[in-house]
Amino acid sequence: MQSSRTRIVGLAAVLTVATSLGAACGSAPATGAQTGASSSTANSAATATSAADLGGLDKLVEAAKKEGQLNVITLPPDWANYGEIIKTFGEKYGIKVNSENPDGSSADEINAVKTRKGQDRAPDVLDLGTAFALSGAREGLFAPYKVRSFDKIPEGQKDAQGNWYNDYGGYVSIGCDAKRIPACPQTFADLLKPEYKGKVAMNGNPTKSGSAFAGVFAAALADGGSFDDIQPGLDFFKKLKAAGNYNPVESTPATVQNGETPISIDWDYLNSGYTDQFAAKGVDWKVTVPADGKYANFYAQAINKWAPHPAAARLWEEFLYSTEGQNLWLKGYARPVLLPSMQSDGSADAALVAKLPKVEGTPEFPTDAQVTKAKEVLAAGWGAAVSG
Amino acid sequence: MIETTSAAPAALPLKSRGEGGGRARTRSAGWTGALPLLVFAGLAFGVPAAALLGGAFTAGGAPSTANLAESLRGAYLTAMLSSVKLSAVVAVAGAVLGTFLAQAVVTSRLRALREAVLTASGVLANFGGVPLAFAWIATLGNSGVLTTRLGLGDLGWNLYSFWGLVLVYLYFSVPLMVLVIVPALDGLRPQWREAAQNNGATTWQFWRHVGIPVLTPSLLGGVVLLFGGAFAAYATAAAMVGTVVPLVTLQIADALAGNVLIGHENVALALSLDMIVVAGLVMAVYLPLQRRSARWLR
Repeated sequence: MQSSRTRIVGLAAVLTVATSLGAACGSAPATGAQTGASSSTANSAATATSAADLGGLDKLVEAAKKEGQLNVITLPPDWANYGEIIKTFGEKYGIKVNSENPDGSSADEINAVKTRKGQDRAPDVLDLGTAFALSGAREGLFAPYKVRSFDKIPEGQKDAQGNWYNDYGGYVSIGCDAKRIPACPQTFADLLKPEYKGKVAMNGNPTKSGSAFAGVFAAALADGGSFDDIQPGLDFFKKLKAAGNYNPVESTPATVQNGETPISIDWDYLNSGYTDQFAAKGVDWKVTVPADGKYANFYAQAINKWAPHPAAARLWEEFLYSTEGQNLWLKGYARPVLLPSMQSDGSADAALVAKLPKVEGTPEFPTDAQVTKAKEVLAAGWGAAVSG
Repeated sequence: MIETTSAAPAALPLKSRGEGGGRARTRSAGWTGALPLLVFAGLAFGVPAAALLGGAFTAGGAPSTANLAESLRGAYLTAMLSSVKLSAVVAVAGAVLGTFLAQAVVTSRLRALREAVLTASGVLANFGGVPLAFAWIATLGNSGVLTTRLGLGDLGWNLYSFWGLVLVYLYFSVPLMVLVIVPALDGLRPQWREAAQNNGATTWQFWRHVGIPVLTPSLLGGVVLLFGGAFAAYATAAAMVGTVVPLVTLQIADALAGNVLIGHENVALALSLDMIVVAGLVMAVYLPLQRRSARWLR
C-alpha cells in the first residue's frame, strides 16, 4: 500500500513537471490551482526563520492550510505518542499528514532529503538522532527556523541558528515482564544473575539502533566506564553473553507481548508505552531506570531545506513546541525538551509527569566528539563482544 | 521479503539445451531478439554496478582504496568469513539432504507423493524473511512451544547461534535443492543401471562410476544456488540473531541505514563488492565443471 501510494505520488510529480515544462511561459492553467496560489507565500515561508517573519502565527497557519499537506517520515505511531500527535495536528489545522516509512532510521531520513530534492514527496520535517542533526547541519540540509519558545530550550540542546533543536528524550530503562520474571532486575549488575538466562534483550543492534547504542553506553557507565570510555559497556555485554543471559532477538511490541523478550533494555518511554499497551492483555510490564547506569538522550527536530510544504513544516514545529505538543509527548512518556520550563510555569500536565519512571538527579549528555569516538569503538568491537 | 532465493531452476543445466544441433543462422537471428533483454539487463544491473564501483573506490570525495581495505579488516573481515562459512555449511548440508529426499521421491513411483513434495518444495523454497524467523522463534526460541514443552533449554538448545541459523536456512534450502535436483535424477536412465547390473556392477559401483559423475553438474549447480541464497539472506538473520552471528549482509545494513553510524556508506558498497567477488569465485568453480559433464543429461 505504501509503495503503490508513493508510486502514484511520484507519477503525479512527473506529470506536474511535464505539464509545467509544456506550458513553459507564465500561464500554466493545469498546475495553477495549487502551486500558483501558494507560490507567493511559499517563497516567503521557505525562507522564514520565525513566525514573525511571516507576520505572526495566524499568517503561518493560513499559509500552511493553503498548502494543505505535510510529509513526515520515520515516525512510528507507537513511539512517544506520535500516532496521536499526527492525528491532533491534522485535525486541528485541516492538514493532511502523509506519514512515510514509519519504521525507518535517521539515515533513511537524511537519504530522503538528499535524493528527493525538489520533489513533492520529499519529507518536510525530520526527527533525527543528535549525531545526524549535527552532520546534516554541517552539510547545510536544514532550513534554520526558530519556534516561538526557542529561547526556553536549554542551552546545549539547540543549534544557535535554529537548524535543529532537541525535541524529546528519555532514559535507558529496563523493562521486565513481572508475570514471567519473579524478581525484576533493578540495575545492570542484576542482569548478570543466573536466573535471567536467555532473557535480556535490546531494541535492536547497537551499531544500528540508537536505543541499543544508548543501552551499551548506560552499561558502560554502570560498569566503570565514562562518556570517554564505552569499552566497559562492550565488556558488560560480553559477560552477559558468556553468562548465557543475552537474548539477541530485537525486542518489539510483538516479542514483548508474547514473552520472547521478557527483559528488554530500551528507552523508558517505549517501555512505559508497552506497559499501557499490554496491560489489558495480561502482560505486567514493569519499567525501571537503573540507578547504576543512568543515560539520557534526546532526538532533534529539523526542517528540510527543500521542504515541499515549507509553511506546514514550520507550523508543525510550532505545534510540537507549543504546550499542547509538548504535553502530547509527555503523554507518550517521553520527556519533552521544554519540560523544565513548563514545570516551573505550571503548564506541564502534572498527572502525566507523575507517571514518568522515577529518576534521581539531572541528565548529563556526552559531547559530539565523545559520541563519535564511542561509535567507532562500538562498530569495531561489538561483533567480537557478543558473537560466538 | 528479502530472501531472494527465487530459484531460477531454469538457469541450471536441465535437459532442454538444444544448442548442440542448432544452426548458425538461427543463432545470429536469436541474438538480435535478445537485444531488449540485454538493454534491460545493462540498465538494471549495469547502472547499479557502476554506482557501486564508483562509491566503493571513493573515500572523502577522492578516489581511494581505503573502503576496500577497511572492508577486509577487523569486524568486517570476521563477518565476511562467518558469512562464507555459514553459506558453505548450508549449501553442502542442504545439497546432501535435498538430494536424498529427491531420490526417495523419484524412486518411490508414487505420483501423488511426488506431486505433493514438489508443490510443497516450491512453496517452502520461497518462504523466508521475517515471517520465517518468527515461525522459528515461536517454535524453538527461548520461550518457544517446543523449547518449553520438551525442556530443550536445559539441554543446552539455543536457536540464536550459528547452528540455529544453519537449521533455519536449511528450512528453505532443502526444498530448493529438491526442486533443482529432481529433473536431473529423472534424467538418469534406468537402462544405465540395468546395463551396469548386467555387467555385474554393485549399486555402489553404479553410483561411483555412473550416477554421481553424471549428476555432478546438477549437484554443483544446487550447491552454488544454495550458497548464493544463504550468502545473500538478510531479514531472517536480522530478526533472529542480530549480531550474535556476524554476517556481511547485516554489516552492510548497519553501515548503510541506521541511527548510529554516519559516513560508512561507501564501506557498505565495498562490502557489496567483496560479496560479488566471493559469488564470482564460487561461480568460477562451478561453470567449467558443469560444461564438462552436462552433455549426459540432455
